[in-house]
Amino acid sequence: MNANGRTSRPASVPPVDRGFVPPEPDETFADALERLSFDGLLKEARTAGDERITRALAAPPLDRTLFDFAALLSPAAAGRLEELARASRRLTLARFGRTMRMYAPLYLSNECMTTCVYCGFARELPIARKTLTPQGTLDEARHLLRQGFRSILLLTGEHQRLTGVEFLEDRIRLLAREVPSLAIEVQVWSEEEYRRLRSAGCEGVVIYQETYHPDTYARVHVAGKKRRYEWRLLGPERAARAGMRRVGIGALLGLHDDWRYEAIAAAAHARFLMRRYWRTQVTVSVPRLRPSASGYQPRDPVGDRDLAQLVCALRLALPDAGIVISAREAPAIRDGLFQLGVTHTSAGSHTEPGGYTAPKEATEQFEVSDLRSPAEVAARLRELGYDPVWEDWSAVAPATEAMLAGGAGRR
Amino acid sequence: MSHIVDLADPLVIAGRSFGSRLIVGTGKFGSFEVMREALDASGTEMVTVALRRVDLEATGGPDILEFVDGDRYLLLPNTSGAVDAEEAVRLARLARAAGLPSWIKLEVTPEPRYLLPDGAETLKAAERLVAEGFTVLPYINADPVLAKRLEEAGCATVMPLGSWIGSNQGIRTRDAVRIIVEQATVPVVVDAGLGAPSHAAEAMELGVDAVLVNTAIAVAGDPVEMARAFRLGVEAGRRAHLAGGAPAREEAQASSPLTGFLDRLHTSQADPAVTSP
Repeated sequence: MNANGRTSRPASVPPVDRGFVPPEPDETFADALERLSFDGLLKEARTAGDERITRALAAPPLDRTLFDFAALLSPAAAGRLEELARASRRLTLARFGRTMRMYAPLYLSNECMTTCVYCGFARELPIARKTLTPQGTLDEARHLLRQGFRSILLLTGEHQRLTGVEFLEDRIRLLAREVPSLAIEVQVWSEEEYRRLRSAGCEGVVIYQETYHPDTYARVHVAGKKRRYEWRLLGPERAARAGMRRVGIGALLGLHDDWRYEAIAAAAHARFLMRRYWRTQVTVSVPRLRPSASGYQPRDPVGDRDLAQLVCALRLALPDAGIVISAREAPAIRDGLFQLGVTHTSAGSHTEPGGYTAPKEATEQFEVSDLRSPAEVAARLRELGYDPVWEDWSAVAPATEAMLAGGAGRR
Repeated sequence: MSHIVDLADPLVIAGRSFGSRLIVGTGKFGSFEVMREALDASGTEMVTVALRRVDLEATGGPDILEFVDGDRYLLLPNTSGAVDAEEAVRLARLARAAGLPSWIKLEVTPEPRYLLPDGAETLKAAERLVAEGFTVLPYINADPVLAKRLEEAGCATVMPLGSWIGSNQGIRTRDAVRIIVEQATVPVVVDAGLGAPSHAAEAMELGVDAVLVNTAIAVAGDPVEMARAFRLGVEAGRRAHLAGGAPAREEAQASSPLTGFLDRLHTSQADPAVTSP
């Protein structure tokens, strides 16, 4: 027993290094990340040979180690992308079926007190700022509901006063009466604040770490509360503890020069969350940096083949995680990735507040590449043999509660 | 030649008869049209639909229920997605308020990856739903004691899993399911993990009353043909069960029986040549 009263592993029996160390009690992902054999994993991701890749592909999905995952990210594995794709597709079909969960982003505000050098909302940029009124929020949501969406992701910049927790609670309560499923992608909160948002009707939280690489993180987040790397890193854990049903993570690909580094950290993060918070559905996003008012250019952009390889490797290492591709990517690559391992997607997105009902009045966060309407994307999914799923869960809204009290039903 | 197998062999659940012992789930299909064809080919008479995917308020848009003929199939709403008893009970009440049948396939799965059922919450929800007049068909782990508890609570069936949902690994819970079948006084339905018609046949041979299949049909290369194959697998297994299978032998039969000496002993006793006076 150590000072915390928990039993430690006997020092004489080192655990087999599977690359991922399961969480000890009371341990956060920051601790786990420190214990990760990053050097060995990166070496595997750079130099794995053909035989190593064959072994990683042959391993039963649940036995795949983080070293297997790293091997699947390697340049040599890129030469066997078709094999990876077949295995990834097979696994995705078995676990998720021929379905694609649809969601839409709804930007509530582009006010921001933080400076992220890559973001179109950054504090000092002279852009058209806007925060939606309650009525404006409802108008946007109703537009999305008419298009078929039942799952809406609410987004804001980082502004303590204008888009604080009371603001979010208020907007969530307003929307929960009409929208079956609500999630947020906003500044990070404490566990207690997440609990408040959960009781207001929010079920999901998305927090991109942006970059898991601490030095890069410090370089691109130059001012504002978001500079606190670890506070953000532990956000998903606080959200899960607060009872959120879904937690989304990811790195913004293009910030750190080595996408394989980000992939390894994100996969370890997902495994940590799944092991520790067994009730929480974990999704992983693989967003690539897009042009924005910031003018930021990645030094080493992640290529299309890299992205496809990453999606396949994530699926092979995380058979049960949701994988998200948003409308930021172009139609051709999206349609391809849908068939490899993606399970969640957006369509017809606007990244400026009010953009669905009054496009371009405010400045957008970044340019989306897929300009197809939700109906067009849904039709394409059906052509590809996938059923677009708009409603996958409904937090019971007051309107449905009224049915219990004797209101009219569907038949 | 007379048939040993009674061809009129309905499955009876809560007083209602079904000609098919295959229940089909509606998730994971690529389209509602393919699903409809697969249901037709499967010969099923009972179809389960996730309430979370039903547009209960009829707000418009394509709705799965338009593709499931309520006159032909008993619609079995399920509570998938519910993470505790309270959510499951609320979904069931909503379904009934919306005019759906008061049969409910009770699923309480707090864990999103394997979707394994929470026995404690399932029992709690079952007790409440039975009291409210629902016909309750609970999805459970292959736990014989839980099965008896649910039966006592008034459930219409018990539905143990063969292996975890979507795994297509077949009936890995064979020994526990055998005990559940032996002890049950309500129909036993193997609910999850059957990945091939041979798995379904195996379950039926064990003596379960019906099987529920979804993923293996929905994600097959040709879902309609696979539905047909499952229909045949279920029928084959059921007939084999009714026919009374030949017991499996542990080893080849010895050509000279080990107890043969007893016969020889008997013969020798009867032999006057060795009988002492």
